[in-house]
Amino acid sequence: MALLEVRDLRTAFPSKSGMTPVVDGVSFDLERGKVLALVGESGSGKSMTALSTLRLVPKPGRVTSGSVKLDGEELLSLPVTEMRRIRGGRIGMIFQEPMTCLNPVVRVGAQVAEAILLHESMSKADARSRARELFVEVGIPDPEERLDAYPHHLSGGLKQRVMIAMALSTRPEILIADEPTTALDVTVQAQILDLLRDLQQKRNAAILLITHDLGIVNELADRVAVMYAGRLVEMADRVSLLSDPLHPYTQGLLRSIPALSAPGEPLPEIPGVVPSPDQWPVGCRFSTRCPKRFEPCADQFPAELNPKLGRRVWCHAVAESAREGAS
Amino acid sequence: MGAYVLRRLGYGVGVVLGVLFLLFLLFFTITAPEDIARKALGDKAPPEAIQTWLENHEYDRPLWPWQDWDENLLFDHYRKMLTFDFGVSDADDSPIIDRIKAGMGPSLSLTVPLLVLGLLVSIPLSLLVAFFRETYIDRMGVFLCVLAMSVSTLLYIIGAQFLIGKVLRWYPISGFDASLAMLPRFLALPVLVGLISGVGGDVRFYRTVFLEESSRDFVRTARAKGAGEARIMVFHVLRNAMIPILTRVVLAIPFLFMGALLLEAFFGIPGLGSMTVDAIQSNDFSTMRTMVYIGSLLFVFGQVATDISYGLVDPRVSVE
Amino acid sequence: MSWLEPHILSNLVTLGLLVGLVFATRVVRAQRLWREAAVELWRRRRFAILVVGVYLLIGVADSVSWTGGVPDDAVGVLPNAPLSVLDRAFLDSREASYSAPFADVEFYGGDALRHPGGHPLGTDILGRDVFYLSLKGARVALLIGGLTSLIAIPLALLFGVCAGYFGGRFDDFVFFLISTMASMPSLLLLIALIMVMGRSTFSVCIALAVTGWVGFCRLTRAETLKLRELDYIQAARALGVSEVKIIFRHILPNLAHLIVITFVLMFSGLVLSEAVLSWLGIGVDGSWGQMIDGARDELSRQPVVWWNIAAAGSALFGLILAVNSVGDAVRDVLDPRTARES
Repeated sequence: MALLEVRDLRTAFPSKSGMTPVVDGVSFDLERGKVLALVGESGSGKSMTALSTLRLVPKPGRVTSGSVKLDGEELLSLPVTEMRRIRGGRIGMIFQEPMTCLNPVVRVGAQVAEAILLHESMSKADARSRARELFVEVGIPDPEERLDAYPHHLSGGLKQRVMIAMALSTRPEILIADEPTTALDVTVQAQILDLLRDLQQKRNAAILLITHDLGIVNELADRVAVMYAGRLVEMADRVSLLSDPLHPYTQGLLRSIPALSAPGEPLPEIPGVVPSPDQWPVGCRFSTRCPKRFEPCADQFPAELNPKLGRRVWCHAVAESAREGAS
Repeated sequence: MGAYVLRRLGYGVGVVLGVLFLLFLLFFTITAPEDIARKALGDKAPPEAIQTWLENHEYDRPLWPWQDWDENLLFDHYRKMLTFDFGVSDADDSPIIDRIKAGMGPSLSLTVPLLVLGLLVSIPLSLLVAFFRETYIDRMGVFLCVLAMSVSTLLYIIGAQFLIGKVLRWYPISGFDASLAMLPRFLALPVLVGLISGVGGDVRFYRTVFLEESSRDFVRTARAKGAGEARIMVFHVLRNAMIPILTRVVLAIPFLFMGALLLEAFFGIPGLGSMTVDAIQSNDFSTMRTMVYIGSLLFVFGQVATDISYGLVDPRVSVE
Repeated sequence: MSWLEPHILSNLVTLGLLVGLVFATRVVRAQRLWREAAVELWRRRRFAILVVGVYLLIGVADSVSWTGGVPDDAVGVLPNAPLSVLDRAFLDSREASYSAPFADVEFYGGDALRHPGGHPLGTDILGRDVFYLSLKGARVALLIGGLTSLIAIPLALLFGVCAGYFGGRFDDFVFFLISTMASMPSLLLLIALIMVMGRSTFSVCIALAVTGWVGFCRLTRAETLKLRELDYIQAARALGVSEVKIIFRHILPNLAHLIVITFVLMFSGLVLSEAVLSWLGIGVDGSWGQMIDGARDELSRQPVVWWNIAAAGSALFGLILAVNSVGDAVRDVLDPRTARES
């Protein structure tokens, strides 16, 4: 049994025409101690998927159906008081913008201590020394002084380290990282990634990594799931996905990485734009931009295909070539 | 910090000088001193009487410095106002400064309880409404606030006087007795009316502040840490909301002295507010002038105090 | 100029306003942003908008007047005075003195009324129908709110936009002016202005505008400062587009939603301020505030005369509540920060 099992998760927001889904039937497993990267462009629904597992979808949106099981326990039907114990206790989360994610009028040491004290009972002094140890662990220099600093005294990288310390303070089994390095400078990005990798290995924590950056995927992920327009389109282990992508969208993404294209030639791109949730095409949502589109694509969404062990893909073209290969 | 305070005070002084100039324009150029004399003595007064009156009130000089550098009304005006030499009332020749000193006490005795009670009532109410945002409690609350805000203060006062003073006879309709025993009886009704007329606007303002702070990212972080909604409201949201709330409160402090004009006049409280109303009704320009000046002084003081308090309360504000 | 009588001016202005309304409707329908906002506003506040509409109609009815056509035996009316549509509807409604709502006889004394049961809100001490007086107050209130805003808002825009856009010494001056005027307690300044300028409707509106423009000016200046730094404005300047064009085509349209929000929200504050001025004796003739002030003492009579103040108070409350309610919704719909899927 996987540590986190998500089955057919759907999240929607109310709109003039009823409930518009933003996450439309997503299923995946997160294994203990492994890193799963959820990749997609903005608007694909990847952040909402992560927020949905913790039931943190901002109002007026909500999870409409599906199942999220942590170690076999269904989270979506838990009473709120139980859910609060999971949040920050067994599942920690860090967000994209460290600038705004910390309370500006509370010292950072106190904020980390709060995370600890919400889940374990100990004295304030003990919580503070635990916070200091965490600061050391995440590589914050002068930890004792930094405990009393306010967030605006810290650089972006340091703030993110504080967020990581806060999230890991309770030794959670899962860390959800929503674009942890997007808002940081490139050099700081590398440092934070190293930190995440070290911590993951040391504590054997599972990480659900939300990102749009395939470079980060390459650095950290064990398995990769690609999302487009609210649904998964491909899922595989990192090596297979990056060397042998099956879905045309994944292929397009990889082709458009500047480092992989030849200098002097125009940068390949996927024509068109990602449709917004109220404009999702019928059938395969990528069909309007897909170079391999053919008849069934505009009619129905492709069923899941398992061409090899551990690989999942949703594509009529792949199914077609698999059939031709078999015959 | 010292340099910051000095700079703010400096600008404040500049503003006060500007206010005095505007007052001079208003009270001396748009209405000439002769008109004021005529208003005080009556239209049929002979020119000699007007001239005498002008001399007695030191208005018998040219307006501008370039007309007579040593004796002109502009410099007089500045000199007197800045040295708090307010002179006498145009209406009854009584020294204005004495009346101000006498009126401060009663005004404060009304406005300080009003401010304190107002905070004690509106902040918890708005916390409650913000806590239940988007539910019917919130909608009801907002609707009641808009309702309460739409009633003219006049109607509140008249209604309260009629209902509670006349029909139910719980409290005296108006009057003032400075002795400690009687004070609450006479202040009860004006304070109550002041509270009810103000609570609508206050709760709406505080609610907006609380809601804005509630939608910030750090609230989402706190939720992800496992904090409960109540703790989020009280520990995270309230602390950030204190900054705009404090701003509003500090800005209101100067007005404690001015007294609530309407409340004082209607309820017969002999404070600075009723003094101002008397001045209006008797066309007493010098008193009006003084009251506007004092009001502005207090306002500027309040703004400087607010800026300074910002520096003390908000760790993000660096006062280098 | 004998042809520019007040009532002819009033007729022309009313006509102008109606034309302006038609023009505004066309503008709203042409632009998607405004059209959608208007539809959303109607969806949220149908009732309040209708109430405001009724007040507007009553105000218009009292703004269109002409002389002549008065029957000779009409009581309490000068035969050659200009009378509005509203006036003519209540032409012959005068009694001798107080009468209670729907009464047949006078309140004190019991003499028979000329129109028994015909006064739904009774009559005042001079025998005038209270319903009629309340309706007349609508025009005054609309005038106070509308005319004042018409003066204050363009003034604030002019100073604020120029200060924010051109900066430099002009901006320093405007900022100092705003700080100074904002430091003067507005009610006191208002009273002082009226004491000095006189009590006509026009000077009251000017006084209200002078005390009211500062807040909006501060807002437009701050917004213009922000807008000036936007990329597309900088691009326009780099391309050599003239400053005036930039202001009119890029800056002002971006302030339009603020103008609408400010206008609606200012309106009720202005009308309430006038009520206070009336109580101090320096308000506008015929306003509800004046009715309330005049009727204050009637509550101490035995038996109590309550309908005067009740009528004026309710009329005032009705308009203010409706405008406040619409104003809230206007702000929610137009403010890009708070506009959200509902």
